[in-house]
Amino acid sequence: MNILKFLVSVIFLIYCFSSDLKAKNLEIEITKNLRCLICQGQSVYDSDSEFANSLKILVEKKLNEGLNEKQIYIYLKDKYGDWILYDPGFSKNTYFLWLLPILMFIFGGAIILRKVILKKKNYELS
Amino acid sequence: MKTKIFPIFLIFTFSIIFFVFYKGLQNTNVYTPTIKSEIKIPNFDAKEFFSKDKINSDQIFIGSDYYLLNIWASWCVPCKEEHKYLMDLSKKENIKIIGQNYKDNFENAKNFLINLDNPYDLIFLDNDGTIAIEWGAYGVPETFLIQNNKIIKKIIGPLNEKLLFEIKELTQ
Repeated sequence: MNILKFLVSVIFLIYCFSSDLKAKNLEIEITKNLRCLICQGQSVYDSDSEFANSLKILVEKKLNEGLNEKQIYIYLKDKYGDWILYDPGFSKNTYFLWLLPILMFIFGGAIILRKVILKKKNYELS
Repeated sequence: MKTKIFPIFLIFTFSIIFFVFYKGLQNTNVYTPTIKSEIKIPNFDAKEFFSKDKINSDQIFIGSDYYLLNIWASWCVPCKEEHKYLMDLSKKENIKIIGQNYKDNFENAKNFLINLDNPYDLIFLDNDGTIAIEWGAYGVPETFLIQNNKIIKKIIGPLNEKLLFEIKELTQ
């Protein structure tokens, strides 16, 4: 009987712990994608500034209120702008940011292609 | 000819780099993005400073009066510096100064007000700093000028002569 009691309590503890861990994990994931605006270069998760600590509490509160990850990002973006997110969404302010690598890739590719074609032409001519 | 162009180009490039970095030395290294002004004020619940009664932001910011929300703390040194400007503004009739006591010890905050005088028409508590985030604030001190439930000016850091003049101009 004692063993049974022990087992039940262990299972109960694991269950409690794992569901708590899941919520905690989401909170960590969100705070890792937020930039601390006071100590820039650190995420909110890594930072121990007053601002970051408040933000951690706020994220926890919002999660408890039932907001999902995306809603929290939108909420904070309204307050602080795209700068607070490490992974900003695609908007008219970030077109340049997102498209620049592709443009550079195309531009570089064009240069290489031109060189190759020119070389081929020269080779054929000679 | 080719050998001459190269050193000139090099010197030119490096002088530009030097100039840019030298200029950058004077700038602050904390980047603050400009946010569109005229945003609506948040809705929140808070506790009044002295009575600890619960109040909602709707009960604080009423009508078309000018409100100056000042986030302060007794441990914040720049708050002491800007205090005289708040005292100056508190004499103005058409502007109500609201204090938001940020992560503070009650006794220290009370002593702060006793020693330096109280410019606030109303103070509410923000013990965990989450209300400051609702405002989109970074820390203390920070000041918001509000009219018709809209933020018309946001000041990060302590007030000074120039900002005081600007606030007075805006609230004419």
